[in-house]
Amino acid sequence: MIDLSIVISGAAGEGIQTIGDVIVRCVLAHGYAVFSTQEYESRIRGGHSSYWLRVTETPRNAPRSNADVLLALNGRAAEHYAPLVDGRGWTLRPSGGGARIVPITYRKLAEDAGSALYANSVAAGALCAVIGIPFAILEPVLRRAFVRHGEAIADANVRAARAGFEQAHERLGDRAAAELPARDARYVRAGTHNAIPLAAAAAGCRFMSAYPMSPSTGIITALARDPELGVLVEQAEDEIAALQMALGASAAGVRAMTATSGGGFALMVEGLSLAGMIETPVIIVLAQRPGPATGLPTRTAQEDLLFAIHAGHGEFVRAVFAPSDPQSAADLTVRAFDLADRYQIPVIILTDQLLADAQFSLERFSIPEASIERRFADPESIDAYRRFERTETGVSPRLYFGQSEHLICLDSDEHTENGHITEDLAGVRRPMVEKRLAKSRALRAEIAAPEHDRIEDAEIVLIGWGSTQRAIREAVDEFRKAGRAIGRIHFTELWPLPELDAPGVQCVTVEGNATGQLARLLRAELGWSIDRTISRFDGLPIDAQTIVGGLE
Amino acid sequence: MIRIEEYRSDVENQWCPGCPNFGILAAIKRALAALDLPPHRVCLVSGIGQAAKLPHYLKCNLFNGLHGRAVPVATAIRLAHPGLTTIVTSGDGCVYGEGGNHLLHAFRRNPDITVVVHDNRIYALTKGQGAPTTRRGVKTRLQFDGVSSDHAQMLATAVAHDCPFVARGFAGDLDGLTEILREAIAHRGLSLVDVIQPCITWGPHSVDWYRERIAPLPADYDPADRTAAIESALENGTPLPTGVLYRREDRPTFEETARARFGDRPLAELPPIDRSLIDQRIAAMRSGGSD
Repeated sequence: MIDLSIVISGAAGEGIQTIGDVIVRCVLAHGYAVFSTQEYESRIRGGHSSYWLRVTETPRNAPRSNADVLLALNGRAAEHYAPLVDGRGWTLRPSGGGARIVPITYRKLAEDAGSALYANSVAAGALCAVIGIPFAILEPVLRRAFVRHGEAIADANVRAARAGFEQAHERLGDRAAAELPARDARYVRAGTHNAIPLAAAAAGCRFMSAYPMSPSTGIITALARDPELGVLVEQAEDEIAALQMALGASAAGVRAMTATSGGGFALMVEGLSLAGMIETPVIIVLAQRPGPATGLPTRTAQEDLLFAIHAGHGEFVRAVFAPSDPQSAADLTVRAFDLADRYQIPVIILTDQLLADAQFSLERFSIPEASIERRFADPESIDAYRRFERTETGVSPRLYFGQSEHLICLDSDEHTENGHITEDLAGVRRPMVEKRLAKSRALRAEIAAPEHDRIEDAEIVLIGWGSTQRAIREAVDEFRKAGRAIGRIHFTELWPLPELDAPGVQCVTVEGNATGQLARLLRAELGWSIDRTISRFDGLPIDAQTIVGGLE
Repeated sequence: MIRIEEYRSDVENQWCPGCPNFGILAAIKRALAALDLPPHRVCLVSGIGQAAKLPHYLKCNLFNGLHGRAVPVATAIRLAHPGLTTIVTSGDGCVYGEGGNHLLHAFRRNPDITVVVHDNRIYALTKGQGAPTTRRGVKTRLQFDGVSSDHAQMLATAVAHDCPFVARGFAGDLDGLTEILREAIAHRGLSLVDVIQPCITWGPHSVDWYRERIAPLPADYDPADRTAAIESALENGTPLPTGVLYRREDRPTFEETARARFGDRPLAELPPIDRSLIDQRIAAMRSGGSD
C-alpha cells in the first residue's frame, strides 16, 4: 500500500507553491490521490515554508507529520526540515552527500536551461525522478503551467525539468526512493476555500464584503477573480464595515456573506448581535487560526468554537457549522444560505487554516442543487405590513427595501412589530424576545445528527468536529487493525445542538485547542460525560499519529 | 407631487421639546417633497443617539443600526438597490467619532448617498460628554477641567478627499437647510451635510449664540474652488459660513464602478446565475484544478 509523504521546503518567495502545484497535478494525472497542505510563516520573503503532499492509492485526505521525501531548495531549509526525515527517507538538496541524500544543482541546471528563474522546474523534475513519476507525465503538466508565458518560456522550463530529472536519476543510480506504477483512477482536486465561494455563488449569493485576514482571504479572492460567478465583492475598511455592508445588502434583499478569522470576527461581534436583533440573514465564514490576539496568523487551530456559539451581546438565534472537507463545505454553505433565509438569522461557518490551504483528492465532488427560493412574502397579499409580526414559529413575513411600496423598518433598539423603537416593557419587550428565540425550536429539529462510525461495539468513542474528521477516521482504522474497539462521532453542525443520547462508553474528544471546547459544549448542553480530550495546539494540524499517541 | 404630510410618522417623538432636531426633520421632509420622492423610494439609515432616532419620525424605509455604523450600511443598501434614495441621519459622535473610519473610506469610495450630520458639539443622549466636535477648553460632564483635545475638522477632511458635495447648514434656518438638503440628495455621489444643531439641554451654546456666529456664503462664492472650500470648511473662528462649500459633478461614483457588470436592476432581482458556470468549474477540478 502506497503512502508517500513528500515535503517541499524553502524560503517564502522561492516558489515552493509552484513546485507543489505541479507535483499535485502530476500525481493526479498518474492516477493517485494526493492530499496537500501548506505550512508557512507570516512574512512575504525569507524564513521557512513548506508544501506537504501525501500520495496514496485511494484518498486519505489527512496530514502526516513526517516525510519520506524532503525536497529542500536551500541548505537552511534542508537543515530546518531534516528532523522530519527518518532513516528511510530521502532528501534532495542543493549540495551535500550521504546515503539518502540526492544533491541537485538547481541553480546551475536552471542557468544552463536559460535562467536561474527555472530552478523550480529543475526541482520538480528531480522530485518526479525520485518518487517514480515518468517525465512523460511531468512534461504536459509543466507546459500547461507555463504556456501563458509563451512557448519559449514553456520550452525552457521543460528543458530545466528534464535536466533535474536526469541529474536525479544519475545520482540515484540503481537506488529507487519510491515506485509509483501508473493507475487508472482519477480524483477530483478540491479545496474547502474553493468550495465555499463556488457553493455561495450557486446558492445565489450576490454580495460579499471582507477585510483581508489569513486564512480567510482566499474566499473573497476566488469570487473577485471569477466575475462570471456574479458576486459583487468589496474590500471593506475593516471587519466591522465588512459585516455591516453584508447586512445592508441583505436588508436590500441580497444573499450576502463575509469571511474573516478570529480577530476580525471579534470586531464583527456587534454586527452579529445586530443581525440577531433585526432578524436579517447573513453568512459569516470564520477561518480559525491560533490565538489569542494575533496568535499565529498562518497556522491552524480549532479555538473559536465556543466563541462562535456565544459571540454577541444579548440572546438571539444563530446556526454554527464546521465543515470537515470541501464536499461538506459545499453542502453546508448551500444549507447555510437556505437556513439563514428561512429563519432570518446569521449563520457562521467555521473553517481553519488546514482547510483553507489543504487540497483534497475526492472520488467525487458536487455542489448541491441549491435552494435559492428566497421565501420573501408576497407584497400584493399584504395590507398593512409589519416586518416583525409575531407568529407561532417566530419567523415573520420578510420583505426587502425597495421591493414594493410597503415600508421596511429595521431597528437595533427593541422594537414593535412595525420595527419602531419602543420601551414598552410588558407589551413589546417580552413577546419580542420570545418571538425571536422561538425560531430555535424548529431550527434545532433541522440540525443534522453527527456522523457515527463504528460505535456499536466501541469501548472508546473519539469525538471530533470540523477539519479533524479524516485524521480521526485514520486513527480509528489503525486502532481497529490493532484489534481495539474504538469508534468515532463527528460533528459538522454544532449549533443549535440537536437532542442526542450519550454514547454510554468512554468518550474522548479530539480538538485543536487546549481547553477541550467541544467537551465543554457537550457536557453543558447535552449532559454528556466526556472523560478526556486529546489536544493539539502548537499550530500544526492534528494527524492520526497525534491521536494514536494521545490515546495510549 | 408628494405632499409633506405623506412623510408624517405616528411614532411618538422622544426629542426634547424645542430641539433643533425638529428643524432638521422638517427640512428633510421638505427636501424629499421638493424632489417628489415617495416614502417607499427613500431609505433612511442611522446609528445611535438622539439624532439617530430621526428615521422613526419620518415615514419611509429605515435601518436604525449601531453606533457609528450607518455609513457602511447605507453604502451597501444603495449599492444593492439603485432605486433607493439613501440618506444617513445621525449625530456628530456617531458619524465623526465612532464611525470616523467609515466616513473616511466613504470619501474614497464615493457612494451615491447623502450623509446628514446633526452636529451639536456634545454627547447629549449620554448626558453631556465631549464630542469630536467639542472645542478645546469647553467644560463638560466628563471633561470637568475642559476638553483637552482639538476639535475634528471633518468638512475640511471631506474636501481634502474630494468628497463631491460638502455643505454646512444650520438647523435654525429651515429654508436655507431645505435648499442645501435638496441639492445634496439630488447630487450624484457622496454628499456630506454638517448641520449645526445646538443642544438646548447640554449646550455648550444656545441657538441664538450660533445664529450670531454663522453667515451664508457670499453670492459670488465658487464651490468648485477647492482651496477656497478648504478655507470655508475649516472651523477656526467665526463667522462660520453656511451653504454648499464644495461641489463637483464629475467624480465616478462607487456604484458606477462596482455595479458596472450588473446593470440597473436591484441585485435582489437578478436571475440566478447559469448552473453550467458552476459545472464548468467543477469539471476543471476533475482535471487537477483550474489554471
